[in-house]
Amino acid sequence: MDRPVKRAKGALLTALLALLSLAWVYPVVMIFLNSFKEERAITTQGAFQPPTAETFGGLGNYREVLVERGFGSAFGYSLLITATSLVLILVCCSMCAWFITRVSAWWSRGLYFLFVFSMVVPFQMVMFTLSAAANRLGLDKPWTICVIYLGFGAGLAVFMFCGFMKSIPLEVEEAAMIDGCGPVQTFFRVVLPILKPTLVSVGILETMWLWNDYLLPYLVLDRTAGYQTIPMLIQSFQQGFGRVEMGTTMAGIILNVVPIILVYAIGQKHIIKGVAAGAVKG
Amino acid sequence: MEKTLRKFWPVFVLPTLLAFVIGFAWPFVQGLWLSFCRFTTIGRASFNGLSNYLYALTEGEFLHSFWFTAIFTVVSTLAINICALAIALCLTRKLRGTNLFRSVFFMPNLIGGIVLGYIWKILLNAVLTLTGRPLLALNATYGFWGLVILMCWQQIGYMMIIYIAGLQAIPGDYLEAAQIDGAGSWQTFWRVKLPNLMPSVTICLFLSLTNGFKLFDQNLALTQGDPGHQTEMLSLNIYNTFYGRSGGQWKGYGQAKAVLFCALVIVISLVQLRATRSKEVQQ
Repeated sequence: MDRPVKRAKGALLTALLALLSLAWVYPVVMIFLNSFKEERAITTQGAFQPPTAETFGGLGNYREVLVERGFGSAFGYSLLITATSLVLILVCCSMCAWFITRVSAWWSRGLYFLFVFSMVVPFQMVMFTLSAAANRLGLDKPWTICVIYLGFGAGLAVFMFCGFMKSIPLEVEEAAMIDGCGPVQTFFRVVLPILKPTLVSVGILETMWLWNDYLLPYLVLDRTAGYQTIPMLIQSFQQGFGRVEMGTTMAGIILNVVPIILVYAIGQKHIIKGVAAGAVKG
Repeated sequence: MEKTLRKFWPVFVLPTLLAFVIGFAWPFVQGLWLSFCRFTTIGRASFNGLSNYLYALTEGEFLHSFWFTAIFTVVSTLAINICALAIALCLTRKLRGTNLFRSVFFMPNLIGGIVLGYIWKILLNAVLTLTGRPLLALNATYGFWGLVILMCWQQIGYMMIIYIAGLQAIPGDYLEAAQIDGAGSWQTFWRVKLPNLMPSVTICLFLSLTNGFKLFDQNLALTQGDPGHQTEMLSLNIYNTFYGRSGGQWKGYGQAKAVLFCALVIVISLVQLRATRSKEVQQ
């Protein structure tokens, strides 16, 4: 092919992709613009118009969400649940996966099968019994729900850790053991450092799930005590008070999206790499 | 080493195993048992055989949501994977701005289903109003396509990442050899790239099929099953059976539906994995 033709083709493709990526950015921008309108000025007809002097509501919607509706505490609970569950999943599941790959017994293979099986099972299958069990065992608080997340999230984490674990050479661990390390020491001093990229991968996938999960915390958390996560809060704007509140919904959406985009902007490379690595091994 | 490690199972396996029993295994077994019972709480259950299943299999709404989910999953899986593969092919051609495009397309995956659902509800309703059509909540056809658009918007980026990784793993020699043999780009794609990409295709099809069948958050936020349960997918139908109705019989029906749903998802995953695995080639 001629070079000019090739170059023109490339430019055309770039232009097409640029146009397409506008479609990926626009919905968020539109919500952003509308979130500055007054509640009563938000209509479906006028959604495409930026706020004018008449419809402009300043930061009113944001004030409502932050001060009156407790976005701050929902953010705190989301952060607490995500952080504790994430640490628990990463530590416990990597230990469990190491044991499963290094010990070849019928029951360790059986356990592996059970974990993989649990990945496919839809949440609706256990939703009623799980929330009942969580309430009975007192696991319905933001600081205890991580046990439930460890149990329900173990499938994916163990499966992925096992996939990577197989490629770690056995000799390193054996050398450590011969040098007098116990299994626990060997794991934390030798295996875990080798596993670092995998920890990042699994951590990213689990965080994407934990931070955004709606139904599990909605059913499990003790809502009468006022515990709620960000997705629960946003859902409550739509049905909680008998009317649809568009202004608060949009401000809530933006307050939810902004931290995500900030984190993404910083760790973009790791996140995309992590997802790709996770999928290839999976 | 294995012998010493074995003795340490309470340290390595027990915490995860305990949580797994509490968070999955026990509720699963209990759920299986309760699907044969009439119950309002777990303590108050009485065995009533297969009648929950008989009801679930004859309920019109449940069957409707099965077909709705099945058609939605097929359409969205095809759309997502074709678009994602096309974009991945464009982005592996060393164009300018590749990294930026990749980041932008992947972005929606970080936003949760509930939030995505409301973003698109607002946008689509605005478009529908401006063109003088009924809102999403009033027309099942628009609701269906709204869900498809939403899922494409969210998932294309994710599948694209997997396809890009797959394309980059194809050895350069293969492509060079194809070029020397005089293969055009169309032929190179069908004869060289696609066969070597089959592991990625397996994963992407698996993910988009199971995501489609299990879809809940987006469905709840975008259409809530309106109008009149017509856009209610299986997960939402089960949820509404459990929590949306009062009466002693409904929880049993819901649990029976959940067992059927679970079996369906497992069978579909197994069939799909077997079908595409057999088309993979060894490098």
